[in-house]
Amino acid sequence: MSTLEERGSDNTPAVPEPIPNPGLPAHTWRPTDVDPAKEKRAERQVAAFFLVSAICSVLFVVSYFAFDVGDNWTTFGGLGASTLFLGLTLGIGLMSIGVGVIHWARKLMADHEIMEMRHPAASSVEDREATVEALNTGIEESGIGRRPLVRNSLLGAVGLIGIAPLVALRDLGPTPNEVAEDADYPGAGLYRTVWQQGMPIVRDAIGTKIKAEDLEVGDLVNAAPEILYPTEENGWEGALEGVEVQITKSKAALLLLRMDPAEIQAAPGRENWTVDGIIAYSKICTHVGCPISLNERTTHHLLCPCHQSTFDLADAGKVIFGPAARPLPQLPIEVDSEGYLVAVSDFDEPVGPSFWERNKG
Amino acid sequence: MLLLGLLVTGGLYATLAPATAEETSNQEDLVAEGRELFLLGCSFCHGQNGEGVLTQEGAQLGPALAGTGAAAVDFQVGTGRMPLVQTSAQAPSKPEIYSQDQIDALAAFVASLGPGPAIPEESDYSTEGLSPEERAEAEARGGQIFLTNCTACHNFAGSGGAMPRGGYAPTIRGVDPKYIYEAMLTGPQSMDNFSNGNIPPESKRDVIAYIESLEEKPGYGGFGLGGLGPVAEGLFAWVVGVGSLVGFAIWIAAHTTRTSRKKKSELAAEGADA
Amino acid sequence: MSNSSFDTSKVASTNATAATAAKPTKAGVVANWADERLGLGTAMKKNLRKVFPDHWSFMLGEIALWSFVILLLTGGFLTLWYDPSMAEVTYEGAYDPMRGVHMSASYASTLHLSFDVRGGLLMRQIHHWAAMLFIAAMLVHMMRVAFTGAYRKPRELNWVIGCILLLLGTIEGFTGYSLPDDLLSGTGVRAADGFMKASPVIGSYMSFFIFGGEFPGEAVIPRFYVAHVLLIPGILLALIAAHMLLLVYHKHTQWPGPGRTNDNVVGYPMLPVYAAKAGGFFFIVFGVTAVMGALLTINPVWQYGPYDPTKVTAGSQPDWYMGWPDGALRIIPGWESEIFGYLISWNVMIPILILPPLMLMVLILLPFIESWVTGDKREHHLLQRPRDAPTRTAVMVALMTFYGVLWAAGGNDIIAIKLHLSINQITYAFRVLTFLGPIIAFIITKRWCISLQRHDREKVLHGYETGVIMRSPEGGYSERHLPISEEKAYSLTARERDEVWSPESETDANGIPAPGTRVNRLRARLSANMFGDNVQPPTREEIEAAHHHAEHEHQLQSALDGRSADGHQFDGHHSVEGETLSRDD
Repeated sequence: MSTLEERGSDNTPAVPEPIPNPGLPAHTWRPTDVDPAKEKRAERQVAAFFLVSAICSVLFVVSYFAFDVGDNWTTFGGLGASTLFLGLTLGIGLMSIGVGVIHWARKLMADHEIMEMRHPAASSVEDREATVEALNTGIEESGIGRRPLVRNSLLGAVGLIGIAPLVALRDLGPTPNEVAEDADYPGAGLYRTVWQQGMPIVRDAIGTKIKAEDLEVGDLVNAAPEILYPTEENGWEGALEGVEVQITKSKAALLLLRMDPAEIQAAPGRENWTVDGIIAYSKICTHVGCPISLNERTTHHLLCPCHQSTFDLADAGKVIFGPAARPLPQLPIEVDSEGYLVAVSDFDEPVGPSFWERNKG
Repeated sequence: MLLLGLLVTGGLYATLAPATAEETSNQEDLVAEGRELFLLGCSFCHGQNGEGVLTQEGAQLGPALAGTGAAAVDFQVGTGRMPLVQTSAQAPSKPEIYSQDQIDALAAFVASLGPGPAIPEESDYSTEGLSPEERAEAEARGGQIFLTNCTACHNFAGSGGAMPRGGYAPTIRGVDPKYIYEAMLTGPQSMDNFSNGNIPPESKRDVIAYIESLEEKPGYGGFGLGGLGPVAEGLFAWVVGVGSLVGFAIWIAAHTTRTSRKKKSELAAEGADA
Repeated sequence: MSNSSFDTSKVASTNATAATAAKPTKAGVVANWADERLGLGTAMKKNLRKVFPDHWSFMLGEIALWSFVILLLTGGFLTLWYDPSMAEVTYEGAYDPMRGVHMSASYASTLHLSFDVRGGLLMRQIHHWAAMLFIAAMLVHMMRVAFTGAYRKPRELNWVIGCILLLLGTIEGFTGYSLPDDLLSGTGVRAADGFMKASPVIGSYMSFFIFGGEFPGEAVIPRFYVAHVLLIPGILLALIAAHMLLLVYHKHTQWPGPGRTNDNVVGYPMLPVYAAKAGGFFFIVFGVTAVMGALLTINPVWQYGPYDPTKVTAGSQPDWYMGWPDGALRIIPGWESEIFGYLISWNVMIPILILPPLMLMVLILLPFIESWVTGDKREHHLLQRPRDAPTRTAVMVALMTFYGVLWAAGGNDIIAIKLHLSINQITYAFRVLTFLGPIIAFIITKRWCISLQRHDREKVLHGYETGVIMRSPEGGYSERHLPISEEKAYSLTARERDEVWSPESETDANGIPAPGTRVNRLRARLSANMFGDNVQPPTREEIEAAHHHAEHEHQLQSALDGRSADGHQFDGHHSVEGETLSRDD
């Protein structure tokens, strides 16, 4: 019964229409067509819209020069006056043109519906045959079918030359290994960060070192390595420059949490990684790398604001909810001779999102 | 139900109690006054000496209060979070029940249980004494500290955000600077502590200066859509943008009014036929 | 262009000097000049009065088109001040809370054009709103095309172009969203770095190449900029042109109705009515986005602050069109596996690297799958009402439900705080709904469509329900039905009968299974599922029989007729001028 296929592009339905086509309904007039008064009124309405638009354009220019931006924003009703008035005059000006034109089309332009016949999308049989013939003639005259040597060597050549732009893209960036071996900033590459033995831990955004005894139980510190806050005294000036600062931040961001030492369930081998209940974790989520610091003090559960992975900071940073698969890397810390918190070493695993060769480093 | 009853008695007592505490200058009297208030309004959950109460299942009904300090009491009771109406994931802010003098008395009593952060002086959190230059610098510093420590939970505009299992970080817009300072100092409920050893007092004031600037700055780009970020923006794009444009499209394509009348020329032609 | 100018050009082209008698008008002179060089006369002869059918749903694609034009205009304005550089600068502009803060040149120039350039913030907001509308309009336009079956032959390729436009629009949006280098978009780029790193084998290399070294590097913003202002808009422009050329070539589809058949197109001519309506609509779309840009803050980058990899804000979300993969990323369990020491991050690959391309493929293939199952190779220019293709409608609603659930999951934190729910419970609910929702939506939609079809059939056969209750002499109650107008009846029945496809024969003459029989059986079963339950329009005989029956009924009720008002006049199908409900006999 594959009648549909046999019919091809023939569009006549198989069963005659149950109700015969009554044809296009007769055209009726609009009030504006038969009543000159209404016609005039519509005309005036359209012109009025265009007039509103013209006024708005003038007001736009006035607003541009009347309202200040920069150090002294002119405000209006708690909003920025410049943006507000420029936008409203521009918007209403544009909209009035649009509404006017459409009103004109709806009320005054001739509204006889007209009919156009459709033609099959396919070209006519003659055209198609002529095209196929022209194509065959062209192919025949080129001799591409008869000369496999020419054809195949051309295919090979074109294929190979496509490699050129691909190869040229190679210098988009260094490979991970090149970065790890050649980059001249500390902690380069996927497997290392700037943390090293004795690196002081400082308050992020403030830049001061942290005394362990100053922190109370329940304190959460968004912390950073001291190298990110160079001063003359600490001797880090010039250690990181330009882009290296952002790269270092993206891997070294740290969370310090002080909790009751009794609550910490230290993982095997990490018994000495904390100082009086102060525990340090990488702030970079192991899912896709958002920084996390939404901690619930009472439960020590840390939530990622991007995809809601939740980590238990009392239990070695284990994932207890959400899409992350691995616990947060923990940083071993100690206090220096003056009582300031410092790192014992780098993280013992790569921080941040997973990657293919992660466990091969 | 019992909880509610106690709360009501506590509340009633709070409103009906004679205003004797107001004249009390003596610290011991204040503590005694606070103790009385505490026994009536708070001890059911927190224990008669603020030692905390465990339910039979072992869950914490009310935590121990020794060492939480006067600042915590001032925050919890002053913002109406305590006394609690019902146990839930988190105590919401609501109209406060106690007067400031009664709160001071309660705070004095709790502070007497163990050392903890005191209620901050106005000079600690107020930004009023700052010159315009100092204020601008404080806002710039405070903005960076705010973005580092606060936005993760409270959102870039201080609109608040979701926390695990029904918890939430409340909005911090329109909150008294004193309570913002106390919240940082004491870490109420699930919030972390930002004690003075964590964020120094002057940095706390910088943060407050930044939060105030968020409220004072005009809406440069128009209405703020609740300061919730792209979800609210997407909602407006669909409802206001797509909604109004589809509305316009319906108007553009709608049939215009029709009339059964005919043009004069047609009528004349018909008349001629007849 | 008057006819006389055509004639003149023809004469001119044959180098004859016979000037026309009539003096040409000024416009005629210009037209003549242009035509002699461009031959516009032939090209425009047909197209100036080309017919476009009028329906609001045909203008959804126009919203997308005009949004794109607005994006080009406002985007051009923004490039005059924007500096696509990640070099570190110290901000010294007008916005106090950022003064003295270190930031990238791109963020600083975004602040500069927002706070020191008059109209700059407005243009940035118009640009962003228009971008949101661009993709939203493409999506609703696509839904309209799918729900009405407009993607059937000969328009399948235009559907494919449309799908690619949707993909490119999304990428264009993401690269643009990232350019200000603020905290929110930087978090998005950081997530994109995580996506790249999760790709098997080449992941970390891909990340290092795109970022020019370790994340975030200095290269990504200039690279995104080139993609955003040159590469992708170029491709978009070319594809939009192709999309519209095909539209002109195929002529627009139309709804069936009296005089409107599969072989014609009825509507208003391009000049003047359609040109006025479409041109006017451009001004309206621009006006609406300008008013939105004036009143509604979008992407307040000055509050987010410059991108800093150690900072994050609650409510970190992408723009809405990236919301559904982000939702999938939120609800996926933490699956990772290790093979020969190599790590496979299913928790990133499934929602980001597998699901969206798969969804796009399903969309692209929809018309081809449908025509394979139905075996229908005819051209279709008449639209179907969604109810008249219940399976297609149900498939679309199921896809929309899938999309919608993931979309909502992308806002699970906002839902949690606004509805006071637990984010964990919401996430569990979404995990279940992702699978259950589309199935339920499919079943409900299909049944709903079929019952609507049944209702249409009833209307054609027995008329509409007047709401007038009649009591028979025996005391039985019945509702009075009256026939619908001929035009309406025609519109309701002017659709094709669905034919269930069946293979011609399972075996050939010798009893050997015909090649491809298993595929054919699958196809037959799908076709039966697709059409088996549909309600077909009544045949001519059925209509006649029903009308005969109705006449009989009317005779029985004739005692009641002749009353001036039995109430049916007020059912909305009649002019009620001069009618009252009172019975004056």
